Amino acid sequence: MALKVEHEIHQRRKGRNSGVGLLLVGMVGIVFGLTVVKVLGLTDVRQMERFDHVARPQLEPGALEAAEQRAADLAAQTEESN
Amino acid sequence: MTDVTNHSQKPTLQTGEAQMGDYFALMKPRVMQLVVFTGLVGLLVAPVGVNPFVGFVAILCIAVGAGASGALNMWWDADIDAVMKRTINRPIPSGAVQPGEALAIGATLSVFSVVLLFLATNALAAGLLAFTIFFYAVIYSMWLKRSTPQNIVIGGAAGAFPPMIGWAVATGGVSIESILMFALIFMWTPPHFWALALFVKSDYGDAGVPMLTETHGRKATRNHILAYCVPLVLVALGLGFTSIGGPIYLIVAVLLNVWFLKGCYDIWRRTDADSDADDHAVEKHTFKVSLYYLFGHFVALLVEALMRANGWAVL
Repeated sequence: MALKVEHEIHQRRKGRNSGVGLLLVGMVGIVFGLTVVKVLGLTDVRQMERFDHVARPQLEPGALEAAEQRAADLAAQTEESN
Repeated sequence: MTDVTNHSQKPTLQTGEAQMGDYFALMKPRVMQLVVFTGLVGLLVAPVGVNPFVGFVAILCIAVGAGASGALNMWWDADIDAVMKRTINRPIPSGAVQPGEALAIGATLSVFSVVLLFLATNALAAGLLAFTIFFYAVIYSMWLKRSTPQNIVIGGAAGAFPPMIGWAVATGGVSIESILMFALIFMWTPPHFWALALFVKSDYGDAGVPMLTETHGRKATRNHILAYCVPLVLVALGLGFTSIGGPIYLIVAVLLNVWFLKGCYDIWRRTDADSDADDHAVEKHTFKVSLYYLFGHFVALLVEALMRANGWAVL
């Protein structure tokens, strides 16, 4: 038996199937495009991350500010010690 | 929303498989043109910019939502479409599409368009689109179309929502500007449709649909046309004094409103004998003017928005 059996229904529904195929490709394009636009539109790095079942301290409110403060303190200490 | 496509009067029963064109025809493409145009203007005249791709998806959702409500309308009205000459060649009465298919397509596309609009923009825009579909398919098609001669007035509301949705896509809210754009289309629909009803021989009566020309007579229809035209003028001019109006809009609006009001007044003055004598020349002319009227107002709004965006001040 041939792998690809050409049936009369394939010919009859060719237009419909092509149309549905194009609509699905268009749908993928829309979802992909929206994803790109939405992600590029994010201004805060924390908006790009969400809870994913592991501890993510950086997602805690104020965590980024605290980390920046710690880095600044560390830089100041290093400068003093030099 | 009224589809005035004049199909051939001879029914052509199709027995083959439905093609993509038949499914597309279910979505009333001519009505979609108005919806896309007014929705796009509502989006572009808003004071908040929208990413072009998001704007494209939003307009696509509005168009698909309008098409979905058109498919649901054709599913529900298949019995009367099969009786009227104007609609007998629509996909369901012609046999190209099965009623169940139309229902499935209408329901699926309704959900698809509302969900995608919500994901792409905001809950208010999606909610307004959902309400528009519900209003056209349920309130108008299923309930009021066959029960009141004011059906076209109420049905006009569904066609009036797109600029409001476009505005909500951009701003996330409703304001006096979007309400007046809604009111402009809402008040325009009755005189536009009734002018058509006065010169097109309709068979709505055979289908059991109460149209004003048949339930209250042509004289009452003429009175109604003028009665709706007067508040329409106020709405159209009022829009010129909001943040989206301006001198160019006002000049265009004054000219178009004088033109349309004169047409409605001429219709009101005439008798049926006058109308028959010149083959409904005034009614036909006023119907044509009504098309330029709506298009002209929305183009003028677009021009004002373009000028504001580029910092070109007229006064």
